[in-house]
Amino acid sequence: MSDVSFVRTEMLPEQAPPASEVGVIGWVKHNLFSGWFNSILTLVSLYAIYYVLSGVLPWTFQSVWNANSLTECREIMMATWGSTHGHACWAVINDRWLQLLFGFYPSHLYWRPILSLVLLLVALAPVLYSDRVPSKLLIFSAIYPFLMPFLMWGGTIWGPISAALGFVVAWGVYSVLSKQLSELIGMIGAVVAAVIWWLVLSGYFTGAMDSILPIGIEAVQSRQFGGFMLAILLGVVAIGVSLPIGIVLALGRQSDLLIVKYMCVGFIEFIRGVPLITLLFVASLLLNLFLPPGTNFDIILRVMIMMTLFSAAYMAEVIRGGLAALPRGQYEGADSLGLNYWQAQRLIIMPQALKISIPGIVSTFIGIFKDTVLVSIIGLFDVLGLANAIRADTAWNGIYWELFAFIGALFFVVCFSMSRYSMYLERKLQTGHR
Amino acid sequence: MSELAIEREIDRSKMQVSDEVAIEINNMNKWYGSFHVLRDINLTVNQGERIVIAGPSGSGKSTLIRCLNALEEHQQGTIMVDGTELSNDLKNIDKIRSEVGMVFQHFNLFPHLTILENCTLAPIWVRKTPKKEAEERAMHFLEKVKIPEQADKYPGQLSGGQQQRVAIARSLCMMPRIMLFDEPTSALDPEMIKEVLDTMIELAEEGMTMLCVTHEMGFARQVANRVIFMDAGQIVEQNEPEEFFNNPQSERTKLFLSQILGH
Repeated sequence: MSDVSFVRTEMLPEQAPPASEVGVIGWVKHNLFSGWFNSILTLVSLYAIYYVLSGVLPWTFQSVWNANSLTECREIMMATWGSTHGHACWAVINDRWLQLLFGFYPSHLYWRPILSLVLLLVALAPVLYSDRVPSKLLIFSAIYPFLMPFLMWGGTIWGPISAALGFVVAWGVYSVLSKQLSELIGMIGAVVAAVIWWLVLSGYFTGAMDSILPIGIEAVQSRQFGGFMLAILLGVVAIGVSLPIGIVLALGRQSDLLIVKYMCVGFIEFIRGVPLITLLFVASLLLNLFLPPGTNFDIILRVMIMMTLFSAAYMAEVIRGGLAALPRGQYEGADSLGLNYWQAQRLIIMPQALKISIPGIVSTFIGIFKDTVLVSIIGLFDVLGLANAIRADTAWNGIYWELFAFIGALFFVVCFSMSRYSMYLERKLQTGHR
Repeated sequence: MSELAIEREIDRSKMQVSDEVAIEINNMNKWYGSFHVLRDINLTVNQGERIVIAGPSGSGKSTLIRCLNALEEHQQGTIMVDGTELSNDLKNIDKIRSEVGMVFQHFNLFPHLTILENCTLAPIWVRKTPKKEAEERAMHFLEKVKIPEQADKYPGQLSGGQQQRVAIARSLCMMPRIMLFDEPTSALDPEMIKEVLDTMIELAEEGMTMLCVTHEMGFARQVANRVIFMDAGQIVEQNEPEEFFNNPQSERTKLFLSQILGH
């Protein structure tokens, strides 16, 4: 028998790991004190956290909640703690929080934006949690885009109905033309018919129906909109509409049809090359010069369109990244089974490309939602605009930390929720590696 | 590229070549830019034929069979598949693609769908088969390729050989009259090659018209009724397998065979 020959006669049993490797001690050792350098970093970090919290926590919690002005706030602080330094004056939030949330929306109608928000969550549920919520609720999701403006702006019910009828008209034209001629002509005809309906006919329709059967609720003017409500309104519309437009632009940019391709490239590059604030100025000031005099083109609608286009251009590029990451074999697999272009896109390509793009898409969503505060520069009283207005008030002149902390917290809650949802979605769609 | 021995007895009772023409290629030429990939290809395939296309890499074998379902476009000549001419008409292309199944080197399964969904997708959307019927048919073919128990898994959870068998089942669910195989075993480990080849042999035993680009010469010898050798974009030699392997005529063929078989 040679020296290297070895045969195992019995297999070794499994043994528990040593105590220093598992449990709390193991975790601390591995994650906090795994070497002298890491131990120093841990101690420095702990001190930094202590330093920040020791300032922030007393400021947040040893604070004044009830006062009518900053001066009164300071008097209470002096009386209680003997100093005005290091204590928050939340009284300003207590005093003005309704205004920060709703702007100048009539207070007896606050139920309408609140109901809109609740219904928004209901409408989103079947979209966001398709596996847990019955898909029949999707019908409500389809109605919501028409219901929401009616609730927010009020007025006659025939306006949103007429807007919805535009889609019915488009569908009717499409189904007739696509059967008799071709699908492409059907699609073009449908778009043209819908645009004609919305721009020309729907006004007459609304007027006529309203005179026959006036049903409606109290109207609210756009200039009364404001506060965090405006940020949510603009954000939801920009997010909801820019995703489909972004998909179409991304597909157009990859198209073999040269004109379609260069139109999409031109649009994307133009929008991405221009700051959002410029587009908003165009929406608020310049557009009036080009429109026929006397046209009443709602300022919030104009801002919505600009923000949507802006976010759609970014969305298109994010989705293009997802498309580029798909192997060519996926297109060939779909082609070889006889799926046509739109079937392949809808069933094979887009589900995968969108899944890959989720982090980028959600970043764009969060970005555009935070960008809604820019509308304060063109004179809309969004939450930031209101903060400035409140600070201009003699009662609260000189206050700023508390207001901005409150606004920051509002935005953080929404953005953090989006971020967490995207992580949940990524986990849910994980189906093992290719 | 070894010659994997096929051990089992092959049932040749249904392997019959009919007079009906399945594919007819006339004077077909194709270029990639200015590079002439396929040169004057003429080929007639009858219903029930099992053809193996062999040749060195870059000889245009894959390009040739990819032209047959318009994954690649040819610039000159005509290709008739099952009586329909392949032209730029999208309707003809979609019709041909739904009649011609294709199996790829890298499987090209859809990773976001389960095995069952992979198999039912095209029947439901292209053939408008009711979902229940499509699922029954999918299970039938999954049983045939011997992986019905994997139906609810995702492709990423299967081994390469299993994925390739799913890909074959997925094609069969469209009830194709012709099957194209583009190097179906080249990305697989030796033990998985065998399971895929077994599936392909069973298919041949049922009389399927098959065109296979493959380096599996054992398969060519035992199953094919015709072997085509291509080089530099041309068909250099074609013959019955027996003659092709034992008595090659062209120098190129002899060289190729000596390289892949002679050790």
